[in-house]
Amino acid sequence: MLNDGMLSNGWHWLVVIGSIANILACWWLLRWSAKTKVKSNDDNTTGHIWDEDITELNNPLPRWWLGLFYGSILFALGYLVLYPGLGNYKGTLGWSQESQLVEDTTRVESKIAETQKFWNDYSTEDLLSNRSVLKTGKRIFANNCAMCHGSGGQGAIGYPNLTDKDWQWGHGFDQLVDIITNGRTARGMMAWKDSLGGEQGVKDVAAYVRKLGGLEHDEKEAEVGMTLYNKTCIGCHGPTGAGLQALGAPKLSDEYWLYGSDLDSLYETIANGRSGQMPAQKDLLNSYRIRAVVAYVMSLSKKNEEDNKQANVKESSN
Amino acid sequence: MQSYYNDKVVRQFTFMTIFWGIVGMLVGVVIAAQLWIPGLNFDVPWLTYSRLRPLHTNAVIFAFGGSALIGTSLYVVQRTCSVRLISDKLAALVFWGWQLVIVLAVITLPLGITQSKEYAELEWPIDILIAVVWIAYAILFFGTIGKRKIKHVYVANWFYGAFILTIALLHIVNNLALPVSLTKSYPIYTGAVDAMVQWWYGHNAVGFFLTAGFLGMMYYFIPKHVGRPIYSYRLSIVHFWALISIYMWAGPHHLHYTALPNWIQSLGMVFSIILLAPSWGGMINGIMTLSGAWDRLYKDPIVKMMVVALSFYGMSTFEGPLMAIKTVNALSHYTDWTIGHVHSGALGWVAMMTISSMYVLLPRLYGKKEMYSTALINVHFWLATIGILVYAVSMWIAGVMQGLMWRTFNTLPEDGTLKYTFIESIAATKPYYAFRLLGGLLFLSGMLIMAYNVYKTVKKQQPANALIPQAKTA
Repeated sequence: MLNDGMLSNGWHWLVVIGSIANILACWWLLRWSAKTKVKSNDDNTTGHIWDEDITELNNPLPRWWLGLFYGSILFALGYLVLYPGLGNYKGTLGWSQESQLVEDTTRVESKIAETQKFWNDYSTEDLLSNRSVLKTGKRIFANNCAMCHGSGGQGAIGYPNLTDKDWQWGHGFDQLVDIITNGRTARGMMAWKDSLGGEQGVKDVAAYVRKLGGLEHDEKEAEVGMTLYNKTCIGCHGPTGAGLQALGAPKLSDEYWLYGSDLDSLYETIANGRSGQMPAQKDLLNSYRIRAVVAYVMSLSKKNEEDNKQANVKESSN
Repeated sequence: MQSYYNDKVVRQFTFMTIFWGIVGMLVGVVIAAQLWIPGLNFDVPWLTYSRLRPLHTNAVIFAFGGSALIGTSLYVVQRTCSVRLISDKLAALVFWGWQLVIVLAVITLPLGITQSKEYAELEWPIDILIAVVWIAYAILFFGTIGKRKIKHVYVANWFYGAFILTIALLHIVNNLALPVSLTKSYPIYTGAVDAMVQWWYGHNAVGFFLTAGFLGMMYYFIPKHVGRPIYSYRLSIVHFWALISIYMWAGPHHLHYTALPNWIQSLGMVFSIILLAPSWGGMINGIMTLSGAWDRLYKDPIVKMMVVALSFYGMSTFEGPLMAIKTVNALSHYTDWTIGHVHSGALGWVAMMTISSMYVLLPRLYGKKEMYSTALINVHFWLATIGILVYAVSMWIAGVMQGLMWRTFNTLPEDGTLKYTFIESIAATKPYYAFRLLGGLLFLSGMLIMAYNVYKTVKKQQPANALIPQAKTA
């Protein structure tokens, strides 16, 4: 079969002749059985006897059943004239599943565009304060993003939390639009075990990373780890573990840990590497819908911030 | 010289039919419970849904259905040809070989050893064993037909014969694969071609295993039990040839709106629609054969089972072409409607036909007139019938609801977003999963009652040695 879905001439005719022949054979079978007289006895049985007492009557085919059979054959032939079915023959309606998809989406998109294309002109503040935009953004998020980032954007191990203050790839409005449109792949975190000199080297670096994050650690290991870190990790994560947003290299000195901060998880991360990926959405969502999702995502962290502020106010007033 | 039928192999298959039926349906009940309460896999890998589901399908189709079909076909072919099976050794090979296949399935599937092809999960060494056993079975069956004393080949044997030949073809073509180890192989087909071969196999497994094979069973046990002639010889010829030729084309309806080329999808759809009448031919012949015996409906639960089996057969062979129509399929595909459809066929038609045939067959194999308790057959009838109805109706509702939820767009405002998330459709389905479990439990409990009834029937009974009657000139 060729890539454009066209059959070679031989296959084309095999399909056409084979399918039509089978349909017509059914027609012939019905006509034949109506004409042929089967020898039968006075009691309308065929005279065959099996297993001492099994016999057969020879009643004619029920007329309603015959009608059903002929009807379905006519339907099939009609359908094969109108729609693609007989090999390369396209059918008189010119229908295909691809054309149906294009037609359906074009119709819906043109309707939606009338209400949504303005979003391209809205400012960040306009979008963030527009409840209708946020609601649309929420539904898009629920059906496209929630399977990784969680129904409330709270993330999971390996999938960034979108409600906190930590932003691996940045969090300005335009940055987020770009992240969602084109996707991101964190390529730098390879498997470092060998270049760190094996198991102990990984453990040492893990200890130092915990130190950078202000977590409990083995001081001795961390000391060795620092040397290794400064040789190997510093390029992306920086001397103080501040990270580098342009590369998606996470900050190591804060309380957010995408793959976990316990020694086992850190060991796994450093020894075997990670390759976080945010798939590009530009073919699934158009530009104004991506803006609606961004507005919704920003509203999540903003809401979280406000909740925290309120909590702080309460605490200080106590 | 007196000679006897070989009923030993039939008895063996009959008992294993009931045993595997209970095992397969039990696994079905377990996975139905897991869909309702996912934690019921207890985080044990070989108890997970993904591994038990193929075990369930293989156990009910090939262990339960297969044992029933092979067992009854070997009974029917002897009775309707008035001749003993050509070889007792071959018969033993078919029985023990088939049981070995099933045991290997029971071991490998929970271990996660699978080809990942639906209804063809078993890996290549088991596939080769199946092919060997199946060819032995074909030689046994057709060899016996070849030695028949009755000139005309009875209609039940046409259906059994079509089932045997086609399953051999389907099994071998779909399982062509390159082994890379004892437990792993890769199909020789790729992409859309692989999908098409798989569903050519999958659909015809339904057509020839679960339809043609059981029509063979129906064509013997219904006239035998009610003592009435088959309604129409002519109808049986027409619907047999139409059914087996048309079925071959219908597979693509499992792959509507996919990477499969448009023309194959359309052919799959139109042939599925033409299939309705040939399918119903079997139902008409069965019901009209029963129609002179309506008085027995009151007192004979076996006749009731046969009526229900034929009704579900007619219903699901109407539902099938309906679901094969593209517009309907766009709604029904990937939903629990499909599961409801399969089970109204598998429980309503296949299991009911098997159960009623077993109730006819078993006493005869032990020289008795009837089962130990007709009242218990009646209880079984009601448990099974209510079980199927609860199962099918809950899955219909769940399936249509899922299909509608998945395609509903938000309207106020019309913003091109889906109204419901996928997880919302799962949450909405949950109660129906509970009803489905209830239906399955009812059906399974009927099988347990059957096992008790069978035990009481054959306990302390000597197997009957059935004498082959002197052939009458036919």
